[in-house]
Amino acid sequence: MKTRLLTLVASLSLAWTAATSHADENAPIKVGVVTFLSGPAAGPFGVPARNAAEITAELLNAGKAPAPYAQKGFGGAPLQLVLVDEAGSTTTQVTEFRNLVQRANVDVVIGYISSGNCLAIAPVAEELKKLTVFFDCGTPRIFEDGSYKYVFRTSPHATMDSVGAALYAKDVKPNAKKFSGINQNYAWGQDSWSDFEGSMKQLIPAAQVGTSQMPKLFAGQYGAEISALLASGSDIVHTSFWDGDLEAFILQAGPRGLFKKSTVILTTGETAMYKLAAQIPDGVIIGARGPFGVFAPNNELNKWFSSNFTDRYNVPPNYAAYQMTQSFLGVKTAWEKAQAANGGKRPTPEQVIAAFEGITYESPGGKVQMSLGKGHQAVMETAYGMTKKVGGKMTVEKVKRYPAEAVNPPEGIKSADWIKNGFKK
Amino acid sequence: MDQLIAVCIDGVIYSSWLFTSAIGLTLIYGVMKILNITHGSFYALGAYMAASVTGALLARGMEPMLSYVVLLASAAAVALIVAPLLERGLLRFMYTKDEVVIMLITYACFLMLEDAIKLIWGVDPYFVAEPYGLLDSFEIGSLTYPNYNLILIGIAVASGLGLVYVLNKTRVGRLLLTVIHDPEISRAMGINVDRFYLVTFSFGAFLASMAGAFTAPTLSVVPAMGVDIIVLSFAVVVIGGLGSLQGAAVGAVIVGLVRSISIHFAPELELFVIYFVMALVLAVRPRGLFSVAEARKI
Repeated sequence: MKTRLLTLVASLSLAWTAATSHADENAPIKVGVVTFLSGPAAGPFGVPARNAAEITAELLNAGKAPAPYAQKGFGGAPLQLVLVDEAGSTTTQVTEFRNLVQRANVDVVIGYISSGNCLAIAPVAEELKKLTVFFDCGTPRIFEDGSYKYVFRTSPHATMDSVGAALYAKDVKPNAKKFSGINQNYAWGQDSWSDFEGSMKQLIPAAQVGTSQMPKLFAGQYGAEISALLASGSDIVHTSFWDGDLEAFILQAGPRGLFKKSTVILTTGETAMYKLAAQIPDGVIIGARGPFGVFAPNNELNKWFSSNFTDRYNVPPNYAAYQMTQSFLGVKTAWEKAQAANGGKRPTPEQVIAAFEGITYESPGGKVQMSLGKGHQAVMETAYGMTKKVGGKMTVEKVKRYPAEAVNPPEGIKSADWIKNGFKK
Repeated sequence: MDQLIAVCIDGVIYSSWLFTSAIGLTLIYGVMKILNITHGSFYALGAYMAASVTGALLARGMEPMLSYVVLLASAAAVALIVAPLLERGLLRFMYTKDEVVIMLITYACFLMLEDAIKLIWGVDPYFVAEPYGLLDSFEIGSLTYPNYNLILIGIAVASGLGLVYVLNKTRVGRLLLTVIHDPEISRAMGINVDRFYLVTFSFGAFLASMAGAFTAPTLSVVPAMGVDIIVLSFAVVVIGGLGSLQGAAVGAVIVGLVRSISIHFAPELELFVIYFVMALVLAVRPRGLFSVAEARKI
């Protein structure tokens, strides 16, 4: 009797263990999504990125993504999003990050638009040992000045944008004598201008710097800066402005005639090109921080993402939305690779990290190679084009694509050194 | 030479914008001794109201030149609706409290109004660019300036001179000066001090929302746009002396010119220069350039 009872208990225990084990495999994966939900960056960046996160998670959970992303969720487990507003100081963001990890117990954090926030969050992610994927922020300093195990960035960094802009400037204005810049006075703006200035000196050595304006983030009023740019007589004006600052700059520079007197490069201009189509004249150089939006390839993944996003939100996705979805697909690729290597069981964070390092995967923007920062930093090809209104509708013409190796430094070499040495490998 | 002229014009335009933005703050402080943080909210509300109403009317075929009237009316609507609600509904019960407590109350109101803006207008940017480019432009050397800037300068001059005239040349102004000097004695002499407070607060709010409304065509109207203006306005009125109209004017001109010089000749100092001037003034005159010595009440 005693033996039969023991056998029954053991059988029940085994059955319970198997059941809970199976339940664990399919337990939701909590994904912390951090993006601007308020403040000047919410409308053009944060909200499209949040929308992309929501629709991507929904489509992945429903198994409605094309190959190779057809499996539901991540490895069959559904995704559960925890949204956090990125607005506020970096101190606030560090606190919110700790809350996400220690209170909300998320499995992975995908987020951050501001370079300042990324620089602050990276060491905290390392301290808390939490897989964290930056989806948009641009400063190259994250992996050039640091080395992280738990941190990845699935979008290319600012060097690609700046070198690509300089290559395009050389293509359209090879005899430029003077160039100037207006960039925000923090990590993103400073790095963007530094890389652009360095690249221009290599590509058009005769060109001199007219003026470099560095107003503070969200300053809003650029009258005097625009006067300085006009007075400099520059052939080319570079700006990496984004969010409301980019829109204010376009609104103020247009009536002042800056777009007519200089060839203006808006490295993040894709986010404003439709909203401010009436204010942006033909011939302005537009970038999208990679092959996104109007520069995205005509592949199945892009059709899937773009059509679903447009149907749901009645506007086409901008590059922030593309980058968010690209991050989700990167984590999914790594997760499922790690899960397959783990015999189909849910992988540990360390297994996901090992699978993530150095992978190459496809996204709506094209091929993503995690080839810098010891496999933690993505590179992609990039594209620039010039605005051209056709039938009153904003389009881009003279699109030029630059391969990843032409606009990104090789592994182990800092961007500034690579540019300074004439882009030599 | 062209650059020096540009420095002056840019300085004057920025000073005008700053003065229009700051004058309401100094007026309310001068009369009511309230350091009104909701000033930033009124600026933002004015911008949102102007951008949404003007944009909607232009889309319905309104004559574009009427948009300037709509900008002004939008600012007036904000001041007439929100300011009396705030002053009668909350602030009047706080006048006996310490100045710091009232400032904190206005800060709390500022935070609530920020959320109210997001509730009403959402987080997407609003644009109403038409009025900025409607009036053609003038050229000085190689530089082009939209004539719209002349409206901003006109508003600043009219606001400043108008207030000086009302305060010094009219009966209402003299009564207001009495209230500023001593509210208790004014009340004892039969002056309706509460009404003066209501009108002053509403007019100060109108000046802030007018600054926002007329700035709206030059930028994208987005959440949190009222935050920076509070800091800048505060720098201006502190340099000039809290509560002083002349001080606000001189403070705005100093900040505008110094910033303009910095942008044209040493752009890397722009962030630092405004607050350096403020610190310098406070080191020499801790109560601002135009502060008046106050008799101590026993």
